[in-house]
Amino acid sequence: MKCLITGGNVKVLGKAVHSLSRIGDELYLEPLKDGLSLRTVNSSRSAYACFLFAPLFFQQYQAASPGQDLLRCKILMKSFLSVFRSLAMVEKSVEKCCISLSGSNSHLVVQLHCKYGVKKTHNLSFQDCESLQAVFNPALCPHLLRAPARVLAEAVLSFPLALTEVTLGIGHGQRVILRSYQEEEADNANKAMVTETSIGEEDFQQLQAPEGIAVTFCLKEFRGLLSFAESANLSLSVHFDVPGRPVIFTIEDSLLDGHFVLATLLEQDPCSQDLCSPKPCQPVPQKEAHSTPPLDDFTNDDIDCYMIAMETTVGSEGSRAQPSTSLPHVSQPSHDLALAPSSEEEEEAEPSTVPGTPPPKKFRSLFFGSILAPVHSPQGPSPVLAEDSDGEG
Amino acid sequence: MKFRAKIVDLACLNHFTRVSNMIAKLAKTCTLRISPEKLNFILSDKLASGGVSMWCELEQENIFSEFQMEGVSAENNEIYLELTSENLSRALKTAQNARALKIKLTNKHFPCLTVSVELQLSSSSSSRIVTHDIPIKVIPRRLWKDLQEPSVPDSDVSIYLPALKTMKSVVEKMKNISNHLVIEANLNGDLNLKIETELVCVTTHFKDLGNPVLPSESVSQNRHPEDMVEVHIDIRKLLQFLAGQQVTPTKAVCSKFAFSLPTSSLICIQSSKFKYAQFWELRLPGQSGRKVSLS
Repeated sequence: MKCLITGGNVKVLGKAVHSLSRIGDELYLEPLKDGLSLRTVNSSRSAYACFLFAPLFFQQYQAASPGQDLLRCKILMKSFLSVFRSLAMVEKSVEKCCISLSGSNSHLVVQLHCKYGVKKTHNLSFQDCESLQAVFNPALCPHLLRAPARVLAEAVLSFPLALTEVTLGIGHGQRVILRSYQEEEADNANKAMVTETSIGEEDFQQLQAPEGIAVTFCLKEFRGLLSFAESANLSLSVHFDVPGRPVIFTIEDSLLDGHFVLATLLEQDPCSQDLCSPKPCQPVPQKEAHSTPPLDDFTNDDIDCYMIAMETTVGSEGSRAQPSTSLPHVSQPSHDLALAPSSEEEEEAEPSTVPGTPPPKKFRSLFFGSILAPVHSPQGPSPVLAEDSDGEG
Repeated sequence: MKFRAKIVDLACLNHFTRVSNMIAKLAKTCTLRISPEKLNFILSDKLASGGVSMWCELEQENIFSEFQMEGVSAENNEIYLELTSENLSRALKTAQNARALKIKLTNKHFPCLTVSVELQLSSSSSSRIVTHDIPIKVIPRRLWKDLQEPSVPDSDVSIYLPALKTMKSVVEKMKNISNHLVIEANLNGDLNLKIETELVCVTTHFKDLGNPVLPSESVSQNRHPEDMVEVHIDIRKLLQFLAGQQVTPTKAVCSKFAFSLPTSSLICIQSSKFKYAQFWELRLPGQSGRKVSLS
C-alpha cells in the first residue's frame, strides 16, 4: 500500500487521528479499493469509530502493489498519533505525507516532507490483524437528526469538560434536548449540577424522531468526532433507536466519511417499548416519568448486550459492508440473561462503567462473533470473547 | 418559599457574574440570602469562632428587572440557601451573551436553583435555551442568626485603601517572607504594610490616601492624626481577599480597630455604581475572634 497526501489534507488526516485517539488505543489501518480506512474500537467494545478516506483525498493512492493481496495492520494509536501530535506544526511545516505499507517491510512507514527540505520518517511497527468491522446499519435506525456540527458543538460548550455522559432527546415542541447525565445519588449532598441545552428544530437540517425519545451516550467519545466535524465544517447525522441500541454518528463529504458508533445506556423505564425489556434485573426503583424520559441506573451487562456487534472476516473480504443483520442485537439478550443475576449486586456498588474504560471483571463485554459462527448462539457461558488475534482464522 | 428573578441587561448580568466568580474563588460553599430588597452572598469562616467572614450585599433592583420572592413565612420573609459557589459561576459563564437570564427556586427531584439562560446565537435563527439546575440546601431558621450582617463597629482609624492591584502585588511578595503582616494606619492618610523576620524587615509606605469621615468620631477624636494604629493579621487571609477582587469598587475602605486584645481589621468595600458592599474581617489565627453581633 502506498499513498501520498499533500497540502491541507495532511492536517485533516491528523485531525481524524486525534478524534480516533479519543476512542481506542489501537488503530486499524486498512487500504481498500474505495479508500484508506482507519478504524478503532475502545477496550470495552462500547465505542467504534471509522474514517474512510476516498482515493481522491490522496494525491496518489495505491491500495496494493499489483499482484499482491490487500494488507492490513494494527498499530498502537499512540505511535501513529505521535506523528501528528502537534496539528499546528503539521499545518505550518508539513508539505507532503507519504504512508506506505509493504509485505517485505516490517514497518509502516510514514514520511513527512516538511519545509526547508526536512524529511521526517517514522517507522511504526504493526501487527497483522483481522479486519475490524462493526455490525451496524444507520438505515435501520428509525430516528434521525442532522445538523451542522457547529450547532451541536455550541450546545456541548455549556457542559463541563469532565462530564462523561450526556443524554440526547426530543422534548416538547420538537426541541432537541441535550442534558448532562447523572447517576442516581443516594443522598442529596453530593448531587452535581444538571445542565440542559434545548435547541429549536429550525437549527436542524433533518429531524425525524418522536417526542419523548432519549438516548444516553458517552460525551467524551462523541467530542472527538464533533471537533473533527466542526473543523471540517460538515454536517453531522445522528442515527438512533431505542435506549440500549447504539447511536450512530456519521459525517461525509466527497473525500471522506466517518462513522462513530457509541453504545447507549439501557433504560430501566418500564414504559420503554424496548424489544428486550423483560430483563430480570430491575434493581433500581423507577423514577416517575416526565417529559424528557428519566434515565435510571443502567445495568452494565445490558450495555454489553447492546454493545456493537463486532465481526471479523476470515478471508480478505475487505468490504466495509454493513450486512443488514440486526440479528446479533436481538440474540444477545439470551447471552445477557445468563450474566444478569450474578451481576445485579455488582452494578449497584460499581461506579458507572463509562464506555471506554476497562470494564469490571464481570462485564466482559467483548463480543467478536465470527460471521461464520451461527449468529444465534452466543459463545457459551463465558462472556469473554477475545477478538481474533493475529494469524488466526 | 418562592423565588423568581430575571436579568435582561447585559451590564447587570456581567456584574452579577463577576460577583459570583469572586465568590467561587473564595470558598467552596456559600450562603445565598434572598430578601425582598437585597441579595446577599455570605461566607462564614468556620475556622474562626463564629461570625461571618465575608458579607456581600447587592440591591436587587439594580440587577434584576423582575424579582419576586416569598420567604419562609410572613414574619421571616427571607430565604437562606446553601450552594456550591462554583456551580453558580459555571452556570453564569454560559450566559455571557444572553438575551435574558432567569433564576428560580424549583424542586426537580431535589431542591435546586434553576438558572435558565436564553441565548441568541448568530449562527442560529431560533434562540437556544440552556438550563442549569444547581442543587441547594435550604438553611433552617435556627441557623440564621450566624449569618447576619456584621455591624461596622466604631473604629480607631478608618482609611481609604490604595489601588487594590498595587496592594496585591506588594502583599504577594511579602507573603514569601512571613505569614504575619502588620498594617498600620493613621488619620493623616498614611498606611504602612510591615513584615518582620529575624533577618529582614520590609515596610511599604502609602501616603495621602485620605480618611473617610465617619459619623461617630468620638473614639478617634482624642487621637493625634499622626498616631499609628496597628493590627496584626494573617497575610494569607488578606491575599485571599485581594485575589478575589474582580469587581472594581469605587472605594475600598480599611477600617481598623485596635483594642487591647484582640486586634482585628475590617475591610469594607463599596461600589456605588451597583450599591454593593462587602465586609471582610481579618484576624490573626489563634486570637479568639470577637463575635460580631447585629447592632
